[in-house]
Amino acid sequence: MIRTSAPLDERGLDWIVGGIEEAIVLSSRVRVARNLQGFPFPGRAGAEERSEVLERVRTAAEHADSLRSACIWEVDSLDRVDREILVERHLISRDLLGDGSSPSRGALILADETSCGVMVNEEDHLRLQALVGGLELDAAWRQVDRLDEELGTLLPLAYHHQFGFLTACPTNVGTGLRASVLIHIPGLVLTKEISKVLEGISQVGLTYRGLYGEGSEVIGNFFQISNQTTLGKTEEDLIDHLARVTGKVIEYERSARSVLLREAPAVLEDKVWRAYGILRTARSLALEEMMNLLSGVRLGVSLKLLKSPRVETLNEILVRGQVAHLEREAGGRMNEHEADVCRASFVRDKLASDERDASESGRSAGSSDTTVADGPPSGGG
Amino acid sequence: MLCDDCGKEDAEVHVTSIEGEVMSMVQLCASCAAERGLAAESAIGEAPSKPPLLDFLGQLGSTSPAASAAGASEPCPFCGITASDFRSAGRVGCSQCYVHFESQLSGLLRRIHGSAHHSGKVYINETSDISDRLGQLSSMRRRLKRAIETEDFETAAKLRDQIHEIEVQA
Ligand SMILES: [Zn+2]
Ligand SMILES: [Zn+2]
Repeated sequence: MIRTSAPLDERGLDWIVGGIEEAIVLSSRVRVARNLQGFPFPGRAGAEERSEVLERVRTAAEHADSLRSACIWEVDSLDRVDREILVERHLISRDLLGDGSSPSRGALILADETSCGVMVNEEDHLRLQALVGGLELDAAWRQVDRLDEELGTLLPLAYHHQFGFLTACPTNVGTGLRASVLIHIPGLVLTKEISKVLEGISQVGLTYRGLYGEGSEVIGNFFQISNQTTLGKTEEDLIDHLARVTGKVIEYERSARSVLLREAPAVLEDKVWRAYGILRTARSLALEEMMNLLSGVRLGVSLKLLKSPRVETLNEILVRGQVAHLEREAGGRMNEHEADVCRASFVRDKLASDERDASESGRSAGSSDTTVADGPPSGGG
Repeated sequence: MLCDDCGKEDAEVHVTSIEGEVMSMVQLCASCAAERGLAAESAIGEAPSKPPLLDFLGQLGSTSPAASAAGASEPCPFCGITASDFRSAGRVGCSQCYVHFESQLSGLLRRIHGSAHHSGKVYINETSDISDRLGQLSSMRRRLKRAIETEDFETAAKLRDQIHEIEVQA
């Protein structure tokens, strides 16, 4: 039975705990685009037709094993903050929300324990997707593939013997598959190797963008790398190619980091500690500033210059430090200034509690010569 | 705006480049972008709302007279979009559009993807023929091999049964 409009709670955040190469690769995502036979694509369909598509998908989802005890959220009946939270968690795209002129009939169906699910009535009728922590493209693909097999026997899909799976945009046709990794590569940025690497990425049929998707700027040295083409290769080839190139980028990033450690250890250490110090003590933090500082701290953690916080805490701050998450927590709308203040307080609390956990578990926060202003009072005083 | 590389043609492709910690935008014409190895969909964005794809679409009529003569000046009989709707939006309206505009789309797909032939998973429906069935079989064998390699034995067992079933039918 698929539950309706359950609280969002921790939904879709299981990637936060990390995975293979978690210090550099935050998450791996695979999505495939599918459409139902006999209906115009959502952009060309009326609200009635989109409603019928949604009902058919909902019925099919009831019978798909992968979606046992799943939940459905219809964007037309979600409040503003919940919609934004789903966008901030990268579970839906802004396009799914529609332009507000007619009911979008967009929905998200999400499995109970994983971030595997279906976005309904976005640009295509179905976007099957899975999000996994770390460099785990194959695991994400297996979840999506399985869901695709299940839904494919329950719903008539639009398929062409030559073009493969048909999609609203010709750039998605064929496999309909877009695989991507969210990767943190400050070493390449600091050593100015990044443009070479990005150029290389574009030359091997991949593409990159910033953290917030379409046309977004690169902030905090977080890049999303994904396949550019979808037709003419098998799904496995597309996935393996991205995984291989990502492995290369990780290698380059590691060697850039060792260059930095060798050539400018004091500068690097200072950068990392300053980032930590500001996050740990600031009273107002804009989102972009937070992202940039998180990048510095993440680098420090992964180089073991800092022993706390954990990668999981950094991932959590990245998600919950966004404005809709802060608003949900505070229970009300905020202007930019209020959000910045609230964000700073949230980040201080998170880092303080990670420090406490670290000292209790013997994982000391940083090296012995470090004291952090505004740190938690220690027992000895 | 003129292309940053040649300074002659109008810039149509916008690329973000990064030097150290400084990000900058580069504006390129289509041919200079191609020279830098930047394909149609630009370096940023999964499906930009105004994709360089439109450049390709814009060239459709002029570069493939054979295709436009192939009768697709009529709107799609199912969803009603015309070739010019398609050109301006960069999206087709329905799955029938792929049949209706097939000759133009083949060329376009080859330019976007470097291929106009799907070689991934095969979906079997009422219009599937023998070659689709064979394609399905080879796709399943490929997936079986991978399932075994990644020690996904549950999937492997399921695939083995399905392959066996299809082979018995054939
Ligand atoms: Zn030029
Ligand atoms: Zn059509």
